[in-house]
Amino acid sequence: MFIDFGFGILVLTLAVTLFSIAAALYGFYTGSPRWVESARRAMQLTFPLITLVALALIYLLVSGHYEVQFVYSVTSNEMPLYLKITALWGGQEGSLILWAWLLAVFTSAVTLRKWDRDQELLPWVIIVTAITLAFFLALVIFFENPFARWWILPDNTPVAAMFQPSGAVPAFPNNGEGLNPLLRHPGMIIHPPMLYLGFVAFVIPYAFAIAALVTGRTDDRWLRLTRRWTLIAWLFLSIGLVLGARWAYDVLGWGGYWGWDPVEIAAFMPWLTGTAFLHSVMIQEKRGLFKQWNMILVILTYSLVLFGTFLTRSGVLSSVHAFAQSAIGPMFFSFIGVTFITSLVLLFHRWKDLTATIEMKSMLSREALFLLNNLLFIGVLIICFWGVVSPLISELATGQKITVGPPFYERATSPLWGALMLLMGVAPLSAWGKSTFTTLGKALWKPALLAALTPLMLAALGMRNWVALLGFTLVALVIFVSLHEYWRGARARQKAQGEGFLTALARLAARNRRRYGGYIIHISMVIMAIGILGIEIFQTETQRNMAIGDQVELAGYTVRYDSLAQFPYSDGRFVTRAVMSVFKAGEFVDEIYPRYDLYPGGQPMTIPGVRSTLVDDLYVVLVNWENVSATQTPFKIYHNPLVNWLWIGSGIFILGYLLAAWPQKENG
Amino acid sequence: MDKKRLRISIFVLLFLGLSFLFSAVQVPPALAQEATPSDDEVNAIARQLYCPVCENTPLDVCPTEACRQWRDLIRQMLAEGRTEDEIKQYFVDNYGARVLAEPPRSGFFWLVYIVPPAAILAAAFFFIRAFRTWKQMAREPAGGSAASDGEASQTRDDYAARLEAELEKRK
Repeated sequence: MFIDFGFGILVLTLAVTLFSIAAALYGFYTGSPRWVESARRAMQLTFPLITLVALALIYLLVSGHYEVQFVYSVTSNEMPLYLKITALWGGQEGSLILWAWLLAVFTSAVTLRKWDRDQELLPWVIIVTAITLAFFLALVIFFENPFARWWILPDNTPVAAMFQPSGAVPAFPNNGEGLNPLLRHPGMIIHPPMLYLGFVAFVIPYAFAIAALVTGRTDDRWLRLTRRWTLIAWLFLSIGLVLGARWAYDVLGWGGYWGWDPVEIAAFMPWLTGTAFLHSVMIQEKRGLFKQWNMILVILTYSLVLFGTFLTRSGVLSSVHAFAQSAIGPMFFSFIGVTFITSLVLLFHRWKDLTATIEMKSMLSREALFLLNNLLFIGVLIICFWGVVSPLISELATGQKITVGPPFYERATSPLWGALMLLMGVAPLSAWGKSTFTTLGKALWKPALLAALTPLMLAALGMRNWVALLGFTLVALVIFVSLHEYWRGARARQKAQGEGFLTALARLAARNRRRYGGYIIHISMVIMAIGILGIEIFQTETQRNMAIGDQVELAGYTVRYDSLAQFPYSDGRFVTRAVMSVFKAGEFVDEIYPRYDLYPGGQPMTIPGVRSTLVDDLYVVLVNWENVSATQTPFKIYHNPLVNWLWIGSGIFILGYLLAAWPQKENG
Repeated sequence: MDKKRLRISIFVLLFLGLSFLFSAVQVPPALAQEATPSDDEVNAIARQLYCPVCENTPLDVCPTEACRQWRDLIRQMLAEGRTEDEIKQYFVDNYGARVLAEPPRSGFFWLVYIVPPAAILAAAFFFIRAFRTWKQMAREPAGGSAASDGEASQTRDDYAARLEAELEKRK
């Protein structure tokens, strides 16, 4: 019953969404607010409808309806309840339902606001969001139906279909295949919804941008209306990326957090354009510049959101031919193409209306440096995009597949990241409108002098790697500049208002949250950079076959292999677990437990044993479970300096974000 | 007695001879064991290679059986005295350029390396050109709308301006 119910509501949701598009279009062209209102209410209805669909699917997952192909592929009797629920996004079909559900949440929320001042934008915001929603619903209904059931054909072949094929009988498996073990991790449980929240929230600014282009209301209004949505999208996308990195570090067992995998890059690309957009928006608000550029950025971000979903869902990464054969690949590709080209046509139609009314005067002005920041982000985007698509182009053009791996990305993007950090240090000190070397130099010299001491200090401590010295100098520059700005502002208030320093500091941040929250975000970014520089430049590793009692030394640590246990666990996995003692300078400091879990069906999962401190991580992986014995156990030991700062920085990022994005009166 | 001494001498010689022989026989395996490449040496090459099945997972950390066999093959070739380049070339010859972490710098594959810097340089060129145009326009007298926009942005940034003014007073 729940199967038919869920599918029926899904179809009804598509019908309601299509009605919403038609009503909004009709209302716009006939100038009838009643039709637009009808479209708005229809869009609000999509949220409870898809919620019912999701609940029906969750019920099927939890109650073990393995006759449903999706339920069969992502759950099993042995899985705990919470994993059965989160298995909703453990497969293609459920992921698309989650995508559509989140989009319905945002769309309903945006249509609930007061539209009195922006009535002309409303129909097109509805049309754009509804078209996007309808596309995902159509994908689910026609190609990736999560309610499809198992049937046995007359020749005993099992087949998944929504409706009974001729001569087939329904199949009722007793158990399912279970969720991919790699996805049974807290990071992976939260990571996809966070990414999807980020992806989906970017649809809203895009919808407003298109509404502004269609209606000709190309002033700043659409930007102001969508500022919060852009920030929400950016926050969730950022958290999603960090959680993905943490998951990789905790579960994949290769000692790293980011492998420049195309799936990672797919989520990273909208973040790049989104971050560039967040900066350039300020220039339009403050100076009325870059109106066209902001439109390009928001269109790019939307297209990259779709492109990222397409990359991960179409099979194109395995092979360009797999994409052509997959059900959703060509449809996805066409949708991206149509929306991208339509957006550009609209943009060029309004190109002259978007021309800036005032011009840039100085190469060192804040707006010029922000534009340079945008150029650098776009540079990183170009490298990422090309790195992902060039294997596909090579396969199409030459028939030969290639790998574009981490060395390519690291070499190509490193100078750009360095330049971005330098800008983070300099741009906040430049003035809007006009800035000269003298004014900038006056503001910069104190923090720059402090930052210049950093490489001297590190060199005195023995660091000789020039990339690291440069990187840490830039980190110091950003931190000193940001702190100096706080100090300078607080001292000014202290003097003018007669406040105590701490009060002045708190009021300063409260009065201009965006600015001072932004500084904290900058600090968080470079704190994350400390972790990245540490692990990327100074990571060391060794692999040994060890017998119980053997010791290995790495980076000042001694690791002793104490014991090994192998046992079946209640959920069906077979666990191989080692116990190792960690010594530093001869003193026992910790005990760690690298583990190798083998799930039914042969899926392995490597859980490292980690001793984690602010200075470094000692990360030990049990390389393999086969032929393991007391006399021969293969271990891989990584020394990851400073990596914890990556996670600490992401925590500070959220604090900075909350300060920057917390609602504030416009003229407060 | 002489016979006895002779027998003892022969026994000792035989023992020493056998010991020598035994130790000589033991030497090659001992040497071979020392010559067996370590896991770290194998991984140093393996991390630069990707097997065609496990997409985007470097060979040194890939847990599959196929990748384990590839690592064994690298170990064997290292033991045979082959160089890193020769080993990588062996895999390229047998499995194609996709086994390398980056495509070779030859023929069509040059595009991988040329396109990003070319695109970034083109973007930088447009940036500089656009900036020059803006600067020229800025030298011309500003129109009314420009002034009002400037004022608008001024009022929006009033707190910052006040803060700057306060800072100026401090000096």
